[in-house]
Amino acid sequence: MALELQNLSKSYGGKPVIDGVSLEAATGDIVAVFGPSGGGKTVLLRLIAGIEEPDSGSIRIDGKDITQANPDARGIGMAFQNYALFPHMSAYDNVASALSTRKLPPEEVKARVGQIAAMLKIGHVMGQRPRELSNGQKQRTALARALVGAPKILLLDDPLRNVDAKLRYEMRLELPNLLRKFGSTVLYVTQDYKEAMAIGNRIAVLIGGKIVQVANSGEIYERPGNVGVARLFGDPAINLFDVTPTPDGRIAIANTPLPLGPGFAVAADKPCVLGLRPEALTVASTANGVSFPVEVLAETPLNEKSVLLMRTDDGQEVLAAMPASATGSVPHGRAYASFAPSSAHLFNRASGQRIERA
Amino acid sequence: MDHTSPLERTLRGVALAVVVVFFMFPILWIFLMSLQTNETILRIPPSFVFAPTLSNYQALISGKLTSAAGTLDIAFMHNLWNSILLSTLSVCLALLLGVPAAYAFARFKFKLGEFIAMTLLSFRFAPPLLVLLPLSLLFQSLGLADTYGGLVWVYQLIALPLIIWIVRGYFEDISPDIEHAYRLAGHSWLSTFMNIAVPLARPGIAAAALLAFIFCWNNFVFALILASADKQPVTVGALAFVTASGIQYGQIAAAIVLSVTPTLLLALYAQRYLVEGLSMGAVKG
Repeated sequence: MALELQNLSKSYGGKPVIDGVSLEAATGDIVAVFGPSGGGKTVLLRLIAGIEEPDSGSIRIDGKDITQANPDARGIGMAFQNYALFPHMSAYDNVASALSTRKLPPEEVKARVGQIAAMLKIGHVMGQRPRELSNGQKQRTALARALVGAPKILLLDDPLRNVDAKLRYEMRLELPNLLRKFGSTVLYVTQDYKEAMAIGNRIAVLIGGKIVQVANSGEIYERPGNVGVARLFGDPAINLFDVTPTPDGRIAIANTPLPLGPGFAVAADKPCVLGLRPEALTVASTANGVSFPVEVLAETPLNEKSVLLMRTDDGQEVLAAMPASATGSVPHGRAYASFAPSSAHLFNRASGQRIERA
Repeated sequence: MDHTSPLERTLRGVALAVVVVFFMFPILWIFLMSLQTNETILRIPPSFVFAPTLSNYQALISGKLTSAAGTLDIAFMHNLWNSILLSTLSVCLALLLGVPAAYAFARFKFKLGEFIAMTLLSFRFAPPLLVLLPLSLLFQSLGLADTYGGLVWVYQLIALPLIIWIVRGYFEDISPDIEHAYRLAGHSWLSTFMNIAVPLARPGIAAAALLAFIFCWNNFVFALILASADKQPVTVGALAFVTASGIQYGQIAAAIVLSVTPTLLLALYAQRYLVEGLSMGAVKG
C-alpha cells in the first residue's frame, strides 16, 4: 500500500478531531476525503504531512512507518487551502522551491517547472509575485508547487474552494487526468460531494472525525452506509421518514400503508429511518395502490431537473425531482407520490447504520 | 477629499508649517550654532545673520579645544568612534540572539515561554540607576568593567527586549502554513527559518534594529558609570564641553550635529525596508 493510516487519533483540548481513522490507498489511487466542515478533513491531511503530530496510531508510506518523521523527510506534496505561497518569491521560484533540495541541474529544474506551468496554463505569470496573481492563478501555482516534484503522496486541501465557478468546473474535468499523469497517490479534501464524485476514484466520508464509509462514487450514492452519508450526497437532499416496518414488509408514511418489498425481516417492528431519493419519487395527480397523498406546494426548476416541494398529511416536507421536460405536469394541490420499493433505503434509527436487504 | 475649499487648504498648510517648524527649528538652530563662535551665539538678541566659521568642527576633529582659559584636549572623535563601535556591536549581538528568540516565542508554546518573554521585557521597566550599583560591583569582580565587551553586554538590556518584542509580532503575522509548505518541499528547519521567516519579517527586523541602535546610541548612564574616558561614547564625551571657563556652546552644537548624523543616515537607509509590505498578499485574506 502506498499510504496506510492505522487507527489515527488526534484531539485538541480533550475534544477528538480525528477519532481512530484507518485508511489505505494504493499507488495511483485518488481518494476524495469528503465531509462537512469541521469534520477533521484538514487535520487529517496535516497529520499525514507531519505538520501536526497524532496522539496515537501510525502512518505508513510504502510500508515504512513515518509517524515520527519530520515533514521534510516524508516525500509528500501538499497544496494548502490558503495556497501558502511564498510572498517574497516569484511564481517560478515558488514552484522551483519544491525541487531545490534535489540537486538537479538548473536546466532540468527549468524544464520541469516550465512543463508543469504549461500544463496548468500559468506559464505567462511565472515571473510575477503571488500578490500580482488572481485567485485562480495562485491556486494553480500552489498546485504546480505540490505537483512538480512528482511526490509519492499528494495531499490537496480543497484546492478549488476559492476559485470562481467556471474555473472550478474546468479544473474538475482536468484534474483527474492531470493527477493520473503524475501517478501520485492522492488524498483530495473537499466539501462538495459533486467534486468528490468527479475527482476521486474512491470517496472516504469523514464525519465527526471518523471515516464512515469508503466506496466508489456510484456505490456511495446507491448504498449509503448510514443516514449521515445519505444526507450529504445528493442535491436536492434525500427524504427521510421515521418508519417501523411490519413483519410482512410494509411501512406507513403519513398513515398510508406502503409496500417495502421482501428482505427486511431483520428490521421488523424496529424503529427505522426510510430514505427516498427525490428522483426515486413519482408524483401523479391520481392515486394508485402504492402511493401516499401529498400537497404540492411549489416547483423549482433546477438545471436539468425540476424540483417539487410537497407536504405529507402529517406535515413532513418531501422533495421530488422530475426531468425538466415534466415541468408543470403536476398542478399545485393534492397529488400522490409513489416509489419503487427497490429504490428505498432503510437505516437503523438508533445507530443510523444502513440495513441491507437480505 | 478632493473637494477642499481654498481656505481649508490654506489652513492645512499653515498647520503643517507650524508642526514642521516646531520639530525642525531646534535642529536648524543647533546647526546654525555649530557654525558660530561662542560670542555670536550668546549675543542678545540672537540673530540669523553672522559670519559662519568652521572653527568648532576644526576643534572637534583636531581634538584641541581653545578657550579663554587656554587649550584643552578633548577626545570627541574617539568618543564618536566608541559610539559607533558600541552601538553596532550591541545591535548585531542583539539581532543574533533576539531574532531566533523572537521566532521561538512566536512559533512554539513552551513551558514558562510567556514568563520568560515578559521577564526580558521587564528589563525595560527597571530604572537603569537601580541596577547600576550592583552591576558595577559585579563587573569589577568579573573584570568586565571598562571593557567594550562589558558595555556591549549591558547594552543588551536595552536592545534585546526591543528586538524580541517587535520582531516576535512580525513572525506571528506570517502564516505558519507558508513555512509548512517550505518544509514539505524537503527543506530543513534552519533553511525554512533563513529563507522564509527571516525575509518575510525583514521590515520588522529593520525597524527593531534601527530603534535598538538609536536607544544604544543615546544611552548615557551605563557608559558613564561602567567605562572610563577611552571607552566612553559621545553622550558621555559631550560632558567635556562643560569646562571651568564656561560652556562651549559652539562646540557642543557641532558635536551634536556630528553625533546625530550617523543615526540619521541609518534611518534614511533603513526607511526603504520599513515601508515594505509585510505579507504581500500571498495568503488569502
